[in-house]
Amino acid sequence: MSMRHQITAGFMPLFDSAVLVAAGELGFAAREGIDLTLHRETSWANIRDRIAIGHFHLAHMLGPMPLACNLGLTPLASETIVPFSLGLGGNCVTISNAVWAGMAAHGAEPDLDPARAGAALGALIRERAAAGRDPLRFGVVHPHSGHNYELRYWLAACGVDPTREIEIVIVPPPFMADALAAGRIDGYCVGEPWNSASVAAGTGHIVTVKAQIWHNSPEKVIGVRKAWADENPEALAALLRALHHSARWCQHPGNHAELAEVMARPGFLGLPPAVQMPILTGHLGLGGGAELDIDDFFVPFDKAANFPWKSHALWFYTQMVRWGHVAHTPENLAIARDCYRPDLYRSALKPLGVALPGANSKVEGALRVATAVGATGAGLVLGPDGFFDGQIFDPDEIDAYIAGQKSVRAEV
Amino acid sequence: MVRSSLAVLVIDENRIRASIIEAGLREAGHQRVTVIHDVAGIARRIAEIEPDVIVIDLENPNRDMLENMFQLSRAVKRPIAMFVDRSDQASIEAAVDAGVSAYVVDGLRQERVKPILDMAVSRFNAFSRMARELEEARSELESRKVVDRAKRILMKSRGLSEEAAYTLLRKTAMNQNRKIGDIAQSLVTAAGLLGPAEDE
Repeated sequence: MSMRHQITAGFMPLFDSAVLVAAGELGFAAREGIDLTLHRETSWANIRDRIAIGHFHLAHMLGPMPLACNLGLTPLASETIVPFSLGLGGNCVTISNAVWAGMAAHGAEPDLDPARAGAALGALIRERAAAGRDPLRFGVVHPHSGHNYELRYWLAACGVDPTREIEIVIVPPPFMADALAAGRIDGYCVGEPWNSASVAAGTGHIVTVKAQIWHNSPEKVIGVRKAWADENPEALAALLRALHHSARWCQHPGNHAELAEVMARPGFLGLPPAVQMPILTGHLGLGGGAELDIDDFFVPFDKAANFPWKSHALWFYTQMVRWGHVAHTPENLAIARDCYRPDLYRSALKPLGVALPGANSKVEGALRVATAVGATGAGLVLGPDGFFDGQIFDPDEIDAYIAGQKSVRAEV
Repeated sequence: MVRSSLAVLVIDENRIRASIIEAGLREAGHQRVTVIHDVAGIARRIAEIEPDVIVIDLENPNRDMLENMFQLSRAVKRPIAMFVDRSDQASIEAAVDAGVSAYVVDGLRQERVKPILDMAVSRFNAFSRMARELEEARSELESRKVVDRAKRILMKSRGLSEEAAYTLLRKTAMNQNRKIGDIAQSLVTAAGLLGPAEDE
């Protein structure tokens, strides 16, 4: 079959690139007439630069990264749009054995409960401050990342000011476990397999997970160079269909062993297949022999996981404002609102007759249980999508939400 | 020559490439050049050196950490931004193609720093070319060794002279439209599978 579209994409060696990798490796792209070339990169900065100069048409990106580009927060940024999300969840907060011992003395249990773990960590942080010890240092992968924002959200909701009471540094994902073992950081928030790596090495404990801080919340996306998308609507639509089929395949438990084998190849993660299984099964070792099954730990397809909700982008925007990354102005809000493109997702997938959300935004945190929702096509189930602290994010009330989270911070 | 000399920091885990860049900068008259291979403790080093220009290889996974540090750092005298001007698309592409990136203290005039990036780009390219040629030479040598072993197998098993053995290998390669090294490798592998150790 001759290929009608040539597409070049970048990715970072993280498990949540799986839907993109499988689209190329398992023939989903070829079936849509796409010759998909994948390039592994070493930093998000490289991905941003290569998108900006046109080396890549699109890439695996951190959810807030295209917003940061369009808001002019990073050097060499180019206009980037998001027509597809690569899944929900997948991250953990992992801490050193020493911090775990300190938290356990303040009531932490190996149950991943964000409120309990956060209260124990807060008590430990205050105890250390009273004793005149250095603040704990946490690693995240990038300032404009779900990891940075969910770590801060969790701590702030537990009464810890992440800007003053801890130090946050940037560490590349593959270096997290080593940095923790060497004592250069006390904890980190990162995607798998870099949490299970510390647990397996006996050097860390997983204390909570993204899926419990904000259930079914956004993580990586496909960021597309807008100039290319505008000129190649057919190629982009074909790719979105390929990604849709790939994501459906990745979600199916019967395919997990093969997916883990594909991701284990040297050109992708280059780690043994067994290391990839916790993210696929949601069965995690937490350290110290504790194990737990986590609902919706990582969702590559179900729950409309690939739909680029504008409310997800807008929540990231509220956190950028909250932590001083960007000023809240009508212009910036408009840029944030235009970045995620559910219209492109919908028009590409319409011919497939699959279930599509009817709305572009939803009230985040409103669904306490999995709920069937109105959609074109049949059978779409969303949520639960609750924040652990019971907060609701209504994208139509964004000013009030931003004002409210300032008061959360002020109360600390 | 350089008027008031700029402080240049080169961050590259590849020591050979770093020293090539350093030599180039010194030849161009830059006396205040520092080379770092390991980013551990780099915040303090940057505060000490106060670099005007930072050159870093694109393969370095710590670029995200460095960019964040530049944005937050109170230690550095002025905020540091990406060196290459957005309007100068050609130099951006040349830099990324070569695998190099640079940052400059905000406000430094473009014409003062452009020669530094141009030099880094040409040295990065020269290094890649050198590495490629070295690799070609190495595989050439490997191929020659395999051909020698294949010749010895043919001489021993078929009682051929060295010249006849080589002619047979070359003719087979031509007939099959393959490289002589590939034919020799197949023969060595097959001999290893079929018989006792061939000639060692």
